[in-house]
Formats: sequence, C-alpha cells, structure tokens
Amino acid sequence: MAKYTENDRIFDENGREIVLKTEHLSISFGGLKAVNDVNLEIKKGQLYGLIGPNGAGKTTVFNLLTGIYKPTEGKIFLCGEDITGLDPIKINKAGIARTFQNIRLFSNLTVLENVMVGLSNQIKCSVAESILRLPRHSKSEKDFRKSAHELLKLFTLDEYADQLASNLPYGKQRKLEIARAMATNPTLLLLDEPAAGMNPNETQELMNDISYIRKHFDMTILLIEHDMRLVSGICEQLTVLNFGTELAKGDTSEVLNDPEVVKAYLGE
Amino acid sequence: MRKTNDLGLNKSFKFKNYLNYTVILAVLAVLMILQFTGAAGTDFNYKIMPIVIPIGVYVILALSLNMVVGFLGELSLGHAGFMCIGAFVGGKIASLLDTGDNANISVMLIALILGGLCAALFGFIVGLPALRLRGDYLAIVTLAFNMIITDVIKEIPFFAKGSNLPTPSLKDEYNYIIIFAIILITLAVIQNFARSKHGRAIMSIRDNEIAARTMGINIVKYKLTVFTISAFFAGIAGVLWSYYQPGINYEMFKYNVSIEILVMVVLGGMGSVNGSILAAALITFINNYGKFSEESFAPYRTVLYALILIIVVIYRNAPGLKGFREKYNMKDLFAKIFKKKTSQEKLEDIADKETKKSEKSDKKEQKLSNKVSKKAAKSAKNAKKEDR
Repeated sequence: MAKYTENDRIFDENGREIVLKTEHLSISFGGLKAVNDVNLEIKKGQLYGLIGPNGAGKTTVFNLLTGIYKPTEGKIFLCGEDITGLDPIKINKAGIARTFQNIRLFSNLTVLENVMVGLSNQIKCSVAESILRLPRHSKSEKDFRKSAHELLKLFTLDEYADQLASNLPYGKQRKLEIARAMATNPTLLLLDEPAAGMNPNETQELMNDISYIRKHFDMTILLIEHDMRLVSGICEQLTVLNFGTELAKGDTSEVLNDPEVVKAYLGE
Repeated sequence: MRKTNDLGLNKSFKFKNYLNYTVILAVLAVLMILQFTGAAGTDFNYKIMPIVIPIGVYVILALSLNMVVGFLGELSLGHAGFMCIGAFVGGKIASLLDTGDNANISVMLIALILGGLCAALFGFIVGLPALRLRGDYLAIVTLAFNMIITDVIKEIPFFAKGSNLPTPSLKDEYNYIIIFAIILITLAVIQNFARSKHGRAIMSIRDNEIAARTMGINIVKYKLTVFTISAFFAGIAGVLWSYYQPGINYEMFKYNVSIEILVMVVLGGMGSVNGSILAAALITFINNYGKFSEESFAPYRTVLYALILIIVVIYRNAPGLKGFREKYNMKDLFAKIFKKKTSQEKLEDIADKETKKSEKSDKKEQKLSNKVSKKAAKSAKNAKKEDR
C-alpha cells in the first residue's frame, strides 16, 4: 500500500489516518507463543473487530497494546508514535483506553467517582493544593463533577450517579466501564467482549451505544467479541486469530464466509 | 432524583463534612470548661491528662494507619516502627534543646516536625517494597521493619540504647489544647487528601489496581505518597508519646502496638475516618481508664476489650447476620431519621421509572401497530371493493 507520513503520523493512500499499526507483534510465555506476528492496521473512525476461538490470544493482544505485557518482538504505533514497551500509564496518556472482559470497576466508589477517576489526568491539581484546599482544588473539583456528569448523561447513567458501582445492574456496569474509558479522552478505544453475558436486548442497546460513541466522539474502536450478530452488525473489518496467529483479515462479510475461519470456529 | 440544574456544584459548604471537627472542638470545649470552672476538682490534670494524651496519640495513629489500610488497601503491621522513630528522634531533639523546667512550645514544634520528617523518610523506604508486594507478604515486610527498628534503636548509644531515654514532659496545664490542635491538623490533612482526586485515585488502586493503571493512575507516586504521609503522622504521634512519658523505652514500640492500632482501624471500619477516631478513643479509654482510677472496673478492662472486639467482628462478618446488617445499616438508619431515601429505595425508584418508560414505549408501539393493522385492513377492503 502506498503511504505517506506527515509529522510522524501515517496516512493510507486515500488520505485516511492510520491510528493503530502493529508490526510483527509477538509475545511468548516460556515456550508458548501466545501471539505470533500480528499485523493490525486500523484507520481513523473505523470499527475494527478482533475475533477468534477461545484461547486464540485476543485478550493478550489487548494486554500488549495497553502495556500490561511487553511484546517480545514487534512494534506498536499509535498515530505514528512508537509506544512499544511503554507502561500502561504512559500508553493511556498517549491515547489508548480499554474495558475488560471481566468487569473491573472500582466497586466501592460511586458511579460518578468511577468516571472522575477516569478524568484524573485531564484536570490538574497537586497533592499539596488538595491538602491545603487552595482555590485550584475547589475549581478542579467543580470541573471534575461537571465533566463527569456530562459524560454520564451521554451514556444515560446520570440517574445512577450516586450509587455504588457494584450496585448497578450488569448491563449498566458494562456501560459504565465504557464511560470510564471514554473519560480518559482516548484516540483509540479497546472493548474486550463488551457483550459477554448480555441478553439480546442489552446487546442491541450496546450496539446502539457503540455506534453513538463512534459518531459523537469520532472514535476509533477495536473490539473483541464472540457474539457474531454484533460483529457482523457493526464491524467494518476483522482480523481472525487462531493459536496466536492471524488466520484471516479483511472486510467483515468476506472474512466470516472464509472456510478457514468457519473451520477454526466450528471444527471440521 | 437529582435536579438537573443542581449538580452539587454550587454547594461548596456542607455541614455534614465538618461534623467531626465540630465534635472534636466540642470535646475540647467541655474539657476547658471543666478545668476553668473547677467542676472536675483540683486534681483535674492528674485525672484527665493520663487519659486524654494517649487517646490523642492513638487517634492520630489510627487515622494515619487508616490511610494505608483503609484507603490504599494494603496491610501494614509496622506502624509502631514509625512511631518509634518519631519518639526517639523527636524525644532526643527535645531533650537536647530543652533547657528550662517547662517544655516550651517552639522546642516541641521543632521536635514534632523533625520526628515526623524522619519517620516519613522511613515511610518512603518501606513504601518501596509495597510497589511489588501485596497482602500477607507486605504485612510480613512491615512487621520485620518494626522489629528491625526497635532492635537497631536498642544498639544506638545516642538514643541511650533504647532504654529509658529521658524526654521532656508536658507540664503546662493547658497542654491538652496542643494535643487537640494536632489531632485537628492530622484530621484535616488526611480528610482533605481523601476527599480529592488523589483520594479517589488511591481508592481506585485499592479496588482494582490493573484498571487504575489503565486509567492512567500513577501507582508508584500514590503508594509512596500514602506511605510517606502516613508515616509522618505516626512519627508525630511518637513525639507526643515521648512527651507523655518521662522516659521512653524501645519496648513501648513492639509489634503488638502495631497490631493494636490495626485493631482500632478494623474496628472503626476500614476507610472510615470517623470510625477510626471513635474506635481509637474507645479502645484507648478502656485500656487506660482502669490504670488511673481506684474503681473496681480495672480487672474487667481486658474482658470488656475482648468482648467488644468479638461482638464487632461477628456483627460485621457473620453470614447469619447478613440480612440484619442490610436491614439496619447505619447509612439507612440515618436516612430514615432524616427522612431521606435509602440507597436501595433510590435504585428501586430508578428501576420503576425505567419499567414505566418501557411500558409507555410498548403502548406506543401497540398503538402504532394497531393503526398499521387497521390501515392494512382498510386497504384490503378497498382492494376487495375495487376487485368487485
């Protein structure tokens, strides 16, 4: 593909920016190659799916992208910036936010506070300023509340603002996780099985939410999912992983009809 | 439901948030009135001070340990070690600087700050393993720190080899006011810290460290900050302790003291500032009351202490009492007293609304489908007519 670069940012031949690019991404745990030579290329505003059978290494790819694991080989570029091997905090600041397969909310904090934690790096206030209750503290707290409420309203969670996160119904907890991830102001959002354990109604609501986020924030989304209805419904392009390697990639409809992919999922 | 135009942004002052300061000031006022009116008798100082000072010291200790155990969620069994450093450093400095009979305030201030800073330095050092260790393992490391500190102090001639280092004492009649001032400062610092973005960040680390990391929370910075601030106040409590005792001994800071402080924090409810204060005051009162009175209460002191512990632990954790706890928890009781909605009721309200909404939309859909079917029927009739 013909590409040109501008201030380190990479664009494809149509002038669309490439937000995430991985080159030969690999990690091995001892002798096991959990992820082997994965090359992703996600363009701005795209909704990209990462699918594969259980144990294919999808979540490991997420952990590599967010810096929880360090790749043994390969490089990761976010908007042209090399973020390989950075720690999760720096990667988050660079612009990747994620949700988790098993919900990881701050369960003893309220819904509002969960989002406020996500906003932590957006609004500055030092420890000394907070302890001495200097003017900047109260100003920052006001900003925190305001932004958090605005975000909760977008996700129609504002009614639950004062409830403990652990008291929310399951579907709302998933939604709150996405809201919290969005609070960190990312350029790329990673969703790890957002529809896991949801009933069809909740999945439908989630699909609407994801499309809404995409439009409203012009967000680039990478998504792991098993629910094929959701995948075929909203993903533009897919990469299929099997045993840590790429089995197929391309447009959703083509990939899902690939006999190799069907074989990997259903067996021969 | 929360009104949309009032996001709590305009209410900068809530009395509820300052209730604990008020109560502490009220206690101080009562003590002062008792002293000035002479209602407590002439031997007021001999009666009250032996209880007020240890209560103050333990309140500060419990508040500071609560930062580590309650907010950060790490188990620390070495809090008496920080207290030990504060007591010996502060006590020694005070005894070197103090020349007159009465301990003067400026000397005490210097001793407090230097003792606190020394302890904070060690708090920072102990915080370093906390970046890698968690739970029981960190508890063992902090316990070891406590033991090492007392053993090292025992070998240093500068500190009189840890046995009976003479320290100045609080001879002034109004010195309990200083204790109260220090309690209030400790409370203000810890509470302000907890009720800020930093407090939220720390509690997010407690609730889920991996999620906190991916939210961009700087775990190294926050863990070290918490350990340092916590140790600073433990050091200050140590300096106060050295003023309270005529001479200090390394055996006063053995690990059983650390565990006692931990018991106070657990008893008060981990993460609860007011709970820590109340539990520390209660336990220290029980432990010290009998010592200084001739009443027959003294022998029952340890029994009472153990009983309270057992009852509270059972009440908080017994699975059989779960229903009872949920029915009569403190928050909901207060909510009932002030006729506000409990959190459960609020959730139910929201659920009700949503079902109503969905019912409405269902009805709309039904109407629509009815209309559509009627139209279809009409058009079918028309078609039939046309056919004829």
